[in-house]
Amino acid sequence: MLRVDVEKQLGEFSLSASFSSEGRVTGLFGASGAGKSSLINIIAGLLRPDRGTIVIDGETLDDTASGIHVPAWRRRIGYVFQDARLFPHLDVAQNLDYGRRMNRLAPDRAQHARVIELLDIGTLLDRRPGKLSGGERQRVALGRALLSKPRLLLLDEPLGALDEARKLEILPYLVRLRDEANVPMVYVSHDAAELRQLATQIVMLRQGRVTSFGGVKVLT
Amino acid sequence: MLDISAAEWTAILLSLRVAVIATLVATPFGIALAWLLARKDFWGKSVLDAVVHLPLVLPPVVTGYLLLLTFGRRGLVGGFLADHLGIVFAFRWTGAALACGVMSFPLLVRPMRLSIEAIDRRLEQAAETLGAAPFKVFFTVTLPLALPGVLAGMVLGFAKAIGEFGATITFVSNIPGETQTISSAIYSLIQTPDGDAAAGRLVIVSVVLALGALIAAEWFARRATARLHGN
Repeated sequence: MLRVDVEKQLGEFSLSASFSSEGRVTGLFGASGAGKSSLINIIAGLLRPDRGTIVIDGETLDDTASGIHVPAWRRRIGYVFQDARLFPHLDVAQNLDYGRRMNRLAPDRAQHARVIELLDIGTLLDRRPGKLSGGERQRVALGRALLSKPRLLLLDEPLGALDEARKLEILPYLVRLRDEANVPMVYVSHDAAELRQLATQIVMLRQGRVTSFGGVKVLT
Repeated sequence: MLDISAAEWTAILLSLRVAVIATLVATPFGIALAWLLARKDFWGKSVLDAVVHLPLVLPPVVTGYLLLLTFGRRGLVGGFLADHLGIVFAFRWTGAALACGVMSFPLLVRPMRLSIEAIDRRLEQAAETLGAAPFKVFFTVTLPLALPGVLAGMVLGFAKAIGEFGATITFVSNIPGETQTISSAIYSLIQTPDGDAAAGRLVIVSVVLALGALIAAEWFARRATARLHGN
């Protein structure tokens, strides 16, 4: 359960969004410049709201009225960026292991094997990010986020930097992720077709405001 | 080949010791300052930046004299350190290391600062979302990514330290076996009749050391850069 009710002024642009979602995949839909990335950065804790609250599963992560702001690194919210952002000085295996190390989690062989199998990245483990294709990079970024055992996974247009063929290559992995990984997700996209395939609930954003909320049928 | 005398060896080894210690001690301070200048905005930042660069533009004899006033036996800091911690800089090799460290500091900091400025901060954000606290982000992402600049700064600082002359001789004089580095030994030999041959040998040594440092810097930088680009 994710409850968001925030305001943020960014230069000329003002974001004022409120929604709550219990869906497995909440699709955040809107044109570029609608405030999707700002909103997701606020949820992640990378951006601080001017006013408002963010609550996940009953835990308050932001509440400006009482001065609560849990820093990003303590939120246990995974984030898959459009540009993957793999660490260039670490190989794929070390990238995958990074979140576990930082959170001091015990090694979980079973999950490790399952994620690697799910994303089909077993053959990439000893490579450096510089030697991966765009699609491979994005799969590793998904695995890296999942293996940090987040309670919520944010995906900011994870297919946005890929061409059509690559998108079709990654999409099935995202569907499997949704059905098998058991982590609620917020999926940001400006592509209605993509969200129709993945999302279970839609939050529609226009010029910093939530214009509609509901099932996938609001995407017509 | 080069018939280096015992006295010359003493000067060479002392120079190496002084430059290595100066570089190693200056490096953590250099990294911290580079990070501060690259990342933080604070009151007095431009003043701090200017002070760090001062040894580059001041006459070395002035820097040496200021060090003598501050860190000498009767200096404000020097007196305190000598009385309470037993650390003496005046006319000791440690003072030579301090002078070299101060003089080489601007050169050491600059590449470190540039490489920290060049880091893609979005990678640090990614580390944060994976649960890394700020100091862990620094040690697992920022510092490894800045490594080429850190090494380049260290080598440059070392090369400057090994050639330092003016501030060192002003602060700790020119005592064989204690504060007489290659530079001050050459200076003494040039003023001595029949000192030309010995001075020449030391000149060759210092050219070789400087060239070696530059080649090492280049090699480190290339290796580190290759590492960062995933090769």
